[in-house]
Formats: sequence, C-alpha cells, structure tokens
Amino acid sequence: MTEQTLSQPQKEQRPPMSRAAKANILFGVGVVVLIIVTALMQEVFLTERNMVNVARQMVTTGLLSIGMYVVIRSGGIDLSVGSTVAFAGLLAAGLQETMPVGAAIAIALSVGVVVGLINGVLIAYMRLQPFIVTLAMMGAVRGALFIYSETPTYATDKFFLKTLGAGKIFGVVPVTFAIFLACIPVVWFFMNHTRSGRSIMAIGMNPETVRLAGVNVRAQTTLAYVICGFFAALAGVLLAARLGISQPSVGVAYELDAIAAVVIGGGILGGGGGTVGGMFGGVIALALIDNVLNLFNVQSYYQQIVKGVIILIAVLLRRKPDS
Amino acid sequence: MQQISLIKVAKSFGATLALREASFTAYRGEVVAICGENGAGKSTLMSILAGSRMPTLGHIEINGKTVLITSPHDAFDRGIRTVYQELSLLPDLSVAENLFLGELPVNGWGRIDWATLWADAGTEMVALGMPEIDVRRPAGDYPVAVQQMFEIAKAIRNKPELLILDEPTGVLTQRETDLLFAKIAELKAAGTIIFYISHRMEEVLEISDRVVVLKDGRSVDEAPADMMTHDRIIQSMVGRPLEKIYPPRVRDHGPVRMSVQGLRAPGVHDVSFDLKAGEILGFCGLVGSGRSEVMRAIFGADPRQGGDVVIDGVPLNAPTPKRAMAAGLGFVTEERKVDGLALDADVLDNAGLASMSRISRGPVLNRRAQRDMVFRQVQKLDLRPLELSYILRRMSGGNQQKVILAKWLLMQGLKVLILDEPTRGVDIATKVEIYRLIADLAAQGMGILLISSEMPEILGLAHRLCVMNSGRIVAEMVPEETNEHEIFVAAATVERPAA
Repeated sequence: MTEQTLSQPQKEQRPPMSRAAKANILFGVGVVVLIIVTALMQEVFLTERNMVNVARQMVTTGLLSIGMYVVIRSGGIDLSVGSTVAFAGLLAAGLQETMPVGAAIAIALSVGVVVGLINGVLIAYMRLQPFIVTLAMMGAVRGALFIYSETPTYATDKFFLKTLGAGKIFGVVPVTFAIFLACIPVVWFFMNHTRSGRSIMAIGMNPETVRLAGVNVRAQTTLAYVICGFFAALAGVLLAARLGISQPSVGVAYELDAIAAVVIGGGILGGGGGTVGGMFGGVIALALIDNVLNLFNVQSYYQQIVKGVIILIAVLLRRKPDS
Repeated sequence: MQQISLIKVAKSFGATLALREASFTAYRGEVVAICGENGAGKSTLMSILAGSRMPTLGHIEINGKTVLITSPHDAFDRGIRTVYQELSLLPDLSVAENLFLGELPVNGWGRIDWATLWADAGTEMVALGMPEIDVRRPAGDYPVAVQQMFEIAKAIRNKPELLILDEPTGVLTQRETDLLFAKIAELKAAGTIIFYISHRMEEVLEISDRVVVLKDGRSVDEAPADMMTHDRIIQSMVGRPLEKIYPPRVRDHGPVRMSVQGLRAPGVHDVSFDLKAGEILGFCGLVGSGRSEVMRAIFGADPRQGGDVVIDGVPLNAPTPKRAMAAGLGFVTEERKVDGLALDADVLDNAGLASMSRISRGPVLNRRAQRDMVFRQVQKLDLRPLELSYILRRMSGGNQQKVILAKWLLMQGLKVLILDEPTRGVDIATKVEIYRLIADLAAQGMGILLISSEMPEILGLAHRLCVMNSGRIVAEMVPEETNEHEIFVAAATVERPAA
C-alpha cells in the first residue's frame, strides 16, 4: 500500500533520519562504549601490541567481507570463500619452493579468480542458485585440497614471511592490515563510481529492470563472484604469509564471519542494502568483540553465543518498520 | 450491523496526511461505492476499517456507538471482511484449505477432517456459481481471475456484517464479474453493508446505492447512485472541471523511422508495420492478443523467431536490450513494479540506469554529471518530491512512472519510444501530463508506439492505430474515423481457421 504525499509543502524539512542511519549510530556508540569500558578495565587493551594484534586479525575476515559485500549487493551469496582461502594459501606457500614468490602469489590469486568465474558462470549463465552453487564449490574445493596435501605446507621465502607476513610500515602498521585498508576505498570507488558497480547494486534490487536498461546482467553478476573469489584468494595469501604455514583445513566457516560483518553493516541477503562503510564497521566491530572477549578470558563457546546475539541485534535494529 | 459511520476520520504518517477528514455513513443492506484517485486515501480508509491501522483523529461508530477497531483480528470478530487487490492466497495449498484457513474442520482427535473440508468447500463454490472448481487442487493451479473469486468466497463464507471490496473486478473476466455482482445482490438482501472501491465508473454506477468521492484525504462529494453521473464523479475526484484531456493532434510526419516486417515470436504471428518520425502509433487488443509480446520482441526483451526490424535504415536483428538501445529504442514496460523499477533504489539510480555510458569515461562514472543530468530531467517532468535520494517504493504510481520516463528520455540517441500502458495506475493529473509529453516527443520527431487498454486514451492520442487479435494485426484504423465498439469487434472476433 502506497501512501502518497499530499500537497503539503515540506521543502524546509530535512527528511527524517533513516532507520539504517540510526542503527549505524547506535552501533558506533556501542563500539565506542565497549572500547572505553574495556580500556578502563584491561590495561592491555590499548597497548600497541594488542592493537597490532586486532589489526592483524581483522585482515582475513575483512578481505572476505569486501568480496562478500559485492556478491551480497548483487543479490547473491558466496559460501566457497573459506575453501578458497585455504586453496590460495596452500599454493602461495607451496609454489614458492619452485618459482619466484611473485609468481607463486600471482598463481594463488588467479586461482581465486577462476573459482569465482566458475561460481559466476554457473549462477549467471546456467541460472543455478548462488547458495547451492557455492555450497557445492565449498565442498569440492575443500575435498580436493585434502587430496592434494594432507600435511601442512611451510612457507620459506624471506620476503613472503618477513615483509608481507610480519612486516610493519613505520614500525607500527602491519603490512597485511595496510593492504586491507587500501582495498576499502578501491571497492568503495568501484561500487559507487563505476558503471559496473552501479549495475551490480541495481541487479541486487531488480535484475530484469537492469537487463531491460541494456546492461549485460550475466556478465556483471559473474564479475561480482570473480571479485569475491579474488579477495578470498588475497585473504588466503596474506594469512599464509602471517602464519608461515598453510594447511587444507584453514578457513573453515570463515564465510560466516564475512556474511556476519556485511549484515552487521546493513547488508541485506538478497540485495538492496548496506554500504562499504557499514561493512568496514562490521569488520571492526567483530574483531574488537573477539579481542575484548579474549582479554576477559571468555571461553570460545561463549564468544560464539555473544557473536550470534550481536548479529541478531544488528538485524533487529535494521528491521523494516511494519507498514 | 445496522449502520456504520465514519466521523471525521484522519490518519497521518509522519508529516504526511494520508486521510484528512473522511465522514460518511452506511446503512444495513447498502452498497456504498468509494471513488478517488490514487493517493486520495482509499487504501488508508480501508486499512482503518480492516483494523490494520488506527485513525489519528476522528472515530468510527457502529450502530451509534463509538468503537475502536484495534486489530485485524478485532475487525474479523466484528464481522468485517476485506478483499484486497493483491491476492493473499497460498498457491500451493488446496482451494479448500485456503477457504477455511484458520478454521479447518477437525475430528475429535484433532485430525483434520478432510471429507468435511472438501464437502464444505465444494458447497461454497457451488453457492458462488462455480461448481466446476475442484477444491482439492492447489489454488495456484487456477487463473488469477478464478483465484480472486476464491478470495471473495473466503471473505463472504460466514456472511459478513461489513464487506470491503478493493478493486475486486480488476482481474476478473465478464463471467466472474457477473457472478460477483449476483453475490453482492444476495449479500445486500441479507443485510450486509458493502464498501465497493473501484476505478471503473460504469461498474460503480451499476452496483452501488450511494457514491462517496474522496479527494486529498477528504470525502468531498456524496450522492445516491442514481443522482451521480460519470462526469460528476470525475469532476469531484479531480477537483476541477474536465478541460481538454488530450493535446491537439498534429500530424506532421517525417520519413519512416522504424519498419517491422514479418515479425514472429511466441504469441506473435507475422506482424508488419511502419512507424514514421513524429507519429504516434497506437496498439489495441485484448489482454493476450500479443501487443506486449510484439514490443518485447522488437526490443529484444524476449527472443524473436523471425522477421526484420529496421530503424533509420539500420537493421536491428538478433536484438538484445543493449543492441536495441544502441539502435535508438527505448522501452517503458507494462508492469513497472516487475521490470521497470528497482523499487528499493532511489530516483537517481533508477532514472540514471539507461544513460550511464553518456557520462562515463571508460568504466568510471561521473556521479556529479549524472546527478545534474537526472535532476534536470526529473525537474522538467515535475517529479514530486523533487528529491534524487527518494526511494521509489514510497512514491505514488504517477511519480514512479515519471522516473521511468526520465530514464528513457535520458538515453542517448532515442529515436523510437515504446510505451506499454504508460498511464496504468497513474492519477488523472499525471495522466494529462504524460499525454502532453507524448505529444511533445512526437512533435520533436520521435516515433512513438503506444499500447493501452484504455481505449479513450488510444483514440485521443494516436495518429493511427493497429488492432491486434491472436498475435496478428487484424485492422488498421484512423482514430477519428472509428469508435470503441468497432475496435472491440475487431479485437474480440474469433478468427476462423485459415482455409
């Protein structure tokens, strides 16, 4: 039921703040309160070492969330990112024995692109459901990895371990975190200021309208999955560099954290909501909560409960009012 | 229920006054028609009576006593039933379960008594005059018109005290409409009060005892149906005398802009026509005659099976929407909510969707240029509110349609604009604006293909019209030399198999 604005002049009035904006502010306030309370109670919290730790730990979820954000905005979902993380990590760590590290990384990243391409083609061209396609991909890739190598693979390259994995810019900012930070404006620009990005956003809201406006909807949808695969592979490479080791079991259930971050940031499964900034906020919130709970020595089982509750609160806050 | 009165009922949503002052009374056994344009407050009024909204001001009296209808459940308990425009059936459940949902008969063990259910549902359908319905089949197996009858059957099953019908005949064929009217007469005789909301004047005047007209949230006119006329209702709805609705017809045609030869597609058999620059070519025909299918095949929205389309001498074959646009075609589709708009996106993204290449350098979009360009266009179309960040879902039908028109007018090199039902669900004031716009575009040399189910619209606007029947163009006419009856005969005559 639509309610038409009657001939009431309301030029002077600012439109009322949207529910999403209110929820964002509430969330921001919540995070700040959390930081203040923790800082007061735990001296370790605001130390450089702990902050560096938080920054490092949010890189994987952060990069996965970037890709997940693009896919969710297109109206889809990608459950295969956790498996791609392991795949790319294994390749980057394993191949550096036999080739220059740059080439190993390039191959690892292109594997993410290929996985995304397969997902995208199956979803956009074969018209299969994203949930099912990426669920199958998640299982298939994971299985293949265990066949390929049951044992951990150790990275040996100095650049890979020291500079990429453990390096710090100006002695403070971890390189991996800097890379993640650099990706945020790139994705923001892509989604908001390129034809592809605007098309992907619109596809998530009504693909048929977009098709009839002359956009190649299949290609753009595929592109969303390719981007997601790429960022998952990047996350895998950086994780292998930080840990110095990669094994086929890495990254299990990581897709869920990424989805959670996007949803906390206002994303709506099925498309039509959420901003890059919101997603970034979601990543930070999740990382802080993890760290705080660790500092208070909360058992990991309780941590999961807390995270679950926070996701539900996020969704409840953004719930559309009953019409 | 002896009588129900609305006394100065008002409802606001934030700063928006959806209903300002609605006052009228209905008595036992009376059919009261409620007329008004989109946005006049009909839906809000109905939702207040149905208990899904509470009035901000004013109150409702039943049998002289003030009542508060606090919830849909409360309304239900008072014997108020509503049939909404949108279907609310569960398509996968059987017809019978849909009819008795919430009140399924059970035996002593709590098990659903299927035999009773089938029998009772069957009785209901017979009472409605549709004995052929198999109540055990899923409701979704039946055509939309029949499904609407299920909704009505569900609402009148327990002989309601007050029955609210919102555009009940929108999807009904003549047969079901007759059945519905017979049922209304029966309910009336049994004392039910009926509120009948409809756009169709003839219907309103035929079925109702009294007519109430709403305008801008107020009840502005009320009279017994036999004292009402078609013109008086429209005049009250619009609030000003009906001047010339259609702009003067100027036939100043240039050379052929688009030529369609032997077009074939699913539901389209060998359609050929030429469209000149500056010409408005109307397409008439019943629903399912292939009008929309022709347009979709030309534009490449659906695949073609054969035929040639040439625009300004350049062939457009194996079309996709993208290629069609490159050739100069724009397409306002029939169902704007289905494929015309991204309802959750704002004005800027919707109106800018077909013109991104104009203001891009490579893949990068110049958002500021897009904003300026879109703003100028929607300003020209007098969009209200004139706000680029306004979400389409919250706009009226007329303004949504303006956004779609803006989208295509912004397209680079627009030569031929296809308009499929451009004024459906649009208020009269905006309709008049759209008519002007169409005439202006034609005057500038654009070719216009206009589909409309409203015959007066085609007769008032088009320079020439094609009548379609069973996927073919069966007649070509000049609007000034024909009438609705002649068109209808051509559109509805069943074709004999070719000898």
